[in-house]
Amino acid sequence: MRDLLYGMSSLPSDYFAVFGIPVTLALDLPELQRRFYVLSKQYHPDRFGRATAAEQQYALDFTSLLNDAWRVLRDPQARAEYVLQNNGLEAGDSRGNPPPAELLEEVFELNMALEELRQGEAEARGPIREALDRFLALREALDSEREALFLRYDANPAAETLRQLRALLNRRRYIENLVRDAQQALS
Amino acid sequence: MSVFQIDFGSPDSGQESAPPRVVGIDLGTTNSLVAFLDLTAPKVILGPDGAALVPSVVSFPAGAEPVVGAAAQQALLADPANTVYSAKRLMGRGAADVAGELALLPFPVAPGSESVIRLAVGGREVTPPEVGAYILRQLKQNAEAFLGEPVTQAVITVPAYFDDAQRQATKDAGRIAGLEVLRLVNEPTAAALAYGLDKRQNGTIAVYDFGGGTFDVSILKLQEGLFEVLATHGDTHLGGDDIDNLLLRVALEDIASEWGADLSGNHEALQRLRRAIIDAKHELSTRPVTTITFDDGGREYRRQLPREVFDQLITPIIERTLASCRSCLGDAGLQPAAIDEVVLVGGSTRIPLVRQAVRALFEAEPHTELNPDEVVALGAAVQAGILAGTVEDHLLLDVTPLSLGIETMGGVVSKLILRNSTIPASATEQFTTAVDGQRNVLIHVLQGERELAKDCRSLARFDLKDLDPVMAGMARIEVRFLIDANGILRVSAKDLRTGKEQAVEIKPSYGLTDEQVEAMILESFDKAEEDFKERQVRETRVEADRILAAVEKAKQDEAWFALPPAERAAIDLAINELLLSYHGDDYVLIQQKMEALDHASRGLAEAMMNSAVRGALKGTKIE
Ligand SMILES: Nc1ncnc2c1ncn2[C@@H]1O[C@H](COP(=O)(O)OP(=O)(O)O)[C@@H](O)[C@H]1O
Ligand SMILES: [Mg+2]
Repeated sequence: MRDLLYGMSSLPSDYFAVFGIPVTLALDLPELQRRFYVLSKQYHPDRFGRATAAEQQYALDFTSLLNDAWRVLRDPQARAEYVLQNNGLEAGDSRGNPPPAELLEEVFELNMALEELRQGEAEARGPIREALDRFLALREALDSEREALFLRYDANPAAETLRQLRALLNRRRYIENLVRDAQQALS
Repeated sequence: MSVFQIDFGSPDSGQESAPPRVVGIDLGTTNSLVAFLDLTAPKVILGPDGAALVPSVVSFPAGAEPVVGAAAQQALLADPANTVYSAKRLMGRGAADVAGELALLPFPVAPGSESVIRLAVGGREVTPPEVGAYILRQLKQNAEAFLGEPVTQAVITVPAYFDDAQRQATKDAGRIAGLEVLRLVNEPTAAALAYGLDKRQNGTIAVYDFGGGTFDVSILKLQEGLFEVLATHGDTHLGGDDIDNLLLRVALEDIASEWGADLSGNHEALQRLRRAIIDAKHELSTRPVTTITFDDGGREYRRQLPREVFDQLITPIIERTLASCRSCLGDAGLQPAAIDEVVLVGGSTRIPLVRQAVRALFEAEPHTELNPDEVVALGAAVQAGILAGTVEDHLLLDVTPLSLGIETMGGVVSKLILRNSTIPASATEQFTTAVDGQRNVLIHVLQGERELAKDCRSLARFDLKDLDPVMAGMARIEVRFLIDANGILRVSAKDLRTGKEQAVEIKPSYGLTDEQVEAMILESFDKAEEDFKERQVRETRVEADRILAAVEKAKQDEAWFALPPAERAAIDLAINELLLSYHGDDYVLIQQKMEALDHASRGLAEAMMNSAVRGALKGTKIE
């Protein structure tokens, strides 16, 4: 405990460092979770109820960083955005982005169906459900593409891979919003 | 942990062997109690009346000291205008938040209650944290009497769904009572801790806590001593009180039509009617039918209330708790079937319909092995043990119940920390200036899930002051928002251009200022310390009287005259010294002198025993 606290006067510089791992996109989640628990047990402020004010402050700062890191890194989308951001590639805001060209027609149809449902036309549920299924399949495809890019980047952290990743993340976020809207309409 | 303690010591351990004990307190809407960790098992502490539960009622008789607990509950009937109950529902609130509620309360609210409610009782004004402090002080005294040592540190529980202001108000109550609040723990989480400690199980559990004033539900994952809250939901204004109010309205309508009398302005009658209703409600938990009986000025009101009718009446209230449970499941990303166990907490879970509804929703038989009145305090005591380092194999990872955000252009809220984030949690945000030479930036922080600031709960306004005057957009102030392990927000700011700490002035939207709390403490904290000492002195003197009387009596015995003169002189000296210390207020010294006398007179006591035995042998035959 002493070494752990006194060896570290400053906080880890990034979320990966908190876990003591290099920047990695294709993370082993169960392993990350195991580390999260181990670190929590070590550093949680509750463990320092009788410590000095400085130690309590460190425990608080470290644990909040640990929790923030775990929240971001356990979610592949958030994790990838975090890495992009650290490389100066701000992910675009999907709301401002036009829909990907190949989805234009789909989105148009979905919006019509959503509008019909809002007007009280229950038969619009059918097309919405079909659209939802297509979006879910698309999302799944993007997820495996994303995983492939993760692995490629981990093997060779090239800027070009990051740019491809950014484009993919934007598309995925757009589809995610469609899925959410369709699910909301159906629920 | 122990190695750590030896290395660095704790600030107040000094040469005393054991660090001060930390107690766990459930400061409830209806009832409060205190528990401590005895070796490894948590135990509730009984008050002088032999009861663990202290009713959360404080009476402020004009011109006299406030009365707390069961005695105050009596005053609820005799002196309703000066007797405060359910003050927890007013914690961290302004008059506008609880307008509907205040109309039902028998005590008037003083002007200037926008950000802190001021109750006009007993010819003075008291705030909800002060009311809480009186209850806490009673619990503190009970614990001190029970443990025989001063108690200065506590873990206090709060409803999981309490917002920042409500938590802060609870902490203030502790400070006012002379207690250092080491941690605020969420009530359902505390309950889980009490259960988990018992069973050392792994799995996913739901805690359904339905008390007098608040409702909470939390879903936790338990594994190897780690209690990880996945999601929490609730309503800080939903409890048995609402059921009482519902029945009260029905009864008032009945009475209005039967007697042609409106009782709603008659606080004394209202309190008695409320009492009758609560008694009937409790009875319905074990019987199929009850009768509400009430008389006033020779007239009698009797109403039969079968359980089916009661169930129908309260269904909307229970449905609200179920909706919370469903949201909580959704936030945890779980189906009801994923819940392995359900734990019931709070007095209102004794209602059969509640049990039935919970069983049906979670598809699990709810646990009720531990007393639902005590389980929260027991868990608080476990958490106290964790903080004190005596419980090393358990740890709580709790979450913040509400999203935290800041107001941006157009009154829209930008979320910084989402609800159900594990705490402590933080977020940083950069701020800049909009006009040349601007010297300060105002940040409005809110809690809640809605999009617009006006629909969220205002937490505070933070003023970044004395900025260097620079061109518009050139300032770079980084503000860090941190929700600590108590669920309370802390804010710090840094000027990124200079790297210097930036001053932040905090203007909380609700609650007392530090100075106000300080002023309240000085009064009652000093007194509390005095009280403790005074009690100790008084009790020690009673004991000294007893010993002195015994020794004086012994001096009439023949054994006294048989003692060697030196021993008699030693006893007389010890008596004198005890008498000298007797009128001082150093109870430790009195105790020492008592022990010295006890020691000096040991020979005398033995001699007397022997002569008594001889006397007995002389007078009786032994078979
Ligand atoms: N047998 C019972 N049947 C129905 N309600 C009960 C019963 N016993 C207690 N209650 C209700 O439980 C509430 C108090 O529960 P408690 O857990 O002590 O609340 P709190 O934690 O808010 O102080 C009160 O509204 C009380 O009327
Ligand atoms: Mg309770």
